[in-house]
Amino acid sequence: MKQITCPLNGLRPVSEFAYGGEVRTMPDPNTCTDEQWTDYVFNRSGVPGIKREWWCHIASGFWFIAERDTANDTIVTTYPADRLRVATPA
Amino acid sequence: MFRRPERLRDGYDVVIIGGGGHGLAAAYYLAKEHGISNVAVLEKGYIGGGNTGRNTTIIRSNYLTPEGVRFYDESVRLWKDLSGELDLNLFYSTRGHFTLAHTDASMRTMRWRAEVNKHHQVRSEVVDAAYVKRAVPMMDIECGGHAPVLGALYHEPGAIARHDAVAWGYARAADRLGVEIHQETEVTGIELKDGRVARVRTNRGSISTQKVLCAVAGFTPRILNMIGLRSPIYVHPLQAMVSEPIKRWLDPIIVSGSLHVYVSQTARGELVMGSTLDPYELHQTRSTLDFTESLSTHMLDLFPFLSEVKIVRQWAGLADMTPDFAPIMGVTPVEGFYLDAGWGTWGFKATPVSGTTMSHTVASGANHPLIESFDWKRFGRFELTGEKGAASVGH
Repeated sequence: MKQITCPLNGLRPVSEFAYGGEVRTMPDPNTCTDEQWTDYVFNRSGVPGIKREWWCHIASGFWFIAERDTANDTIVTTYPADRLRVATPA
Repeated sequence: MFRRPERLRDGYDVVIIGGGGHGLAAAYYLAKEHGISNVAVLEKGYIGGGNTGRNTTIIRSNYLTPEGVRFYDESVRLWKDLSGELDLNLFYSTRGHFTLAHTDASMRTMRWRAEVNKHHQVRSEVVDAAYVKRAVPMMDIECGGHAPVLGALYHEPGAIARHDAVAWGYARAADRLGVEIHQETEVTGIELKDGRVARVRTNRGSISTQKVLCAVAGFTPRILNMIGLRSPIYVHPLQAMVSEPIKRWLDPIIVSGSLHVYVSQTARGELVMGSTLDPYELHQTRSTLDFTESLSTHMLDLFPFLSEVKIVRQWAGLADMTPDFAPIMGVTPVEGFYLDAGWGTWGFKATPVSGTTMSHTVASGANHPLIESFDWKRFGRFELTGEKGAASVGH
């Protein structure tokens, strides 16, 4: 992976982007158990595969979602973060 | 150097997944110190082909937390006698280790580390820029004017060793005590019975065992997934490169956290250089030009005279990172499953001590006192063992 298609700016070199980690759903801290909260704070799904991730185009400060295969470093698709609610089942 | 058994037995007392330095050292000490030699080491590739043969071979104990200092100091003690113990020349070479400080903030961290080290009888001290210049006259102490060296943490026991020989030495010594080493044997599944380890499935057949030690570096999340465990470990590639051999000019090991550089010169004259982690998760050992360019730029800040020296090789390993830059070792929520993981960018130097402590843990079923603060459960207690300040470079 040497280039990323930014939903706002188009195809740009990877050096213009910052990685923001995988998309995770925060449990409600008022109702979840200590185990659920610990799992959210620390644990990650470290197994290779296609993941939804936060990426930022640094120059324009634009955050978006990339679906990327962490086994072979290829991006499947990118889209603006406001589509996340549609893509994430409640 | 060691036998290549034709087939797996039906069962073993202990199965060790991963034939790197850590797994082989644990096998050796299990046989030697605990009398357990009915052990299989399963390696999906070949011995020394993983991170044991991909690191930059630096050995040191100048850590930040008392737990880390005690643990790595025991490792340095074991390293010093290891060539004799394994009857193989590991080219263990004590060089001295400078961690350069370019800012007041890093001078403060160096002082902190030096005081913690001295408290535990580890030889570390803060030195000024003139001392560094005397030790390494070829260094541009001003770094071209934009990142002048203010001082350094000097750690006299800092050393390098020939890393693949460590794996071969432990493999041969373990083999002589009856341990079986199975290369090209990939674990495909782990079967549990009543919540404890029962069988290990491989591409060469299934074996029964009560105890499994997982020592697979960057492949840890995949193995944990086989038994349904989630962990804080996430995998980033760590790259390194080596120059053509040149006349000896660099005796100590030089590290600069701010410039993201660590470098030493081998007995053959090559410069072995490393830098920071790749910036995002990836389970692949590809090399990038970005890495070579940025590391070379910073190398030239420190050593401008190297501008004509050629890079001859670059490679990568998979680093399993933890949130606190300390490993995850010992018993796990699954009975009979022991973990030696989270070795990120700091595993090679811990090879002997992880072998002695993990063999003790596997044999007794309880964590060795030296690894208690590296326990899996520390995250649940929010008691992290913060070693980030002692990571070789800023991440």
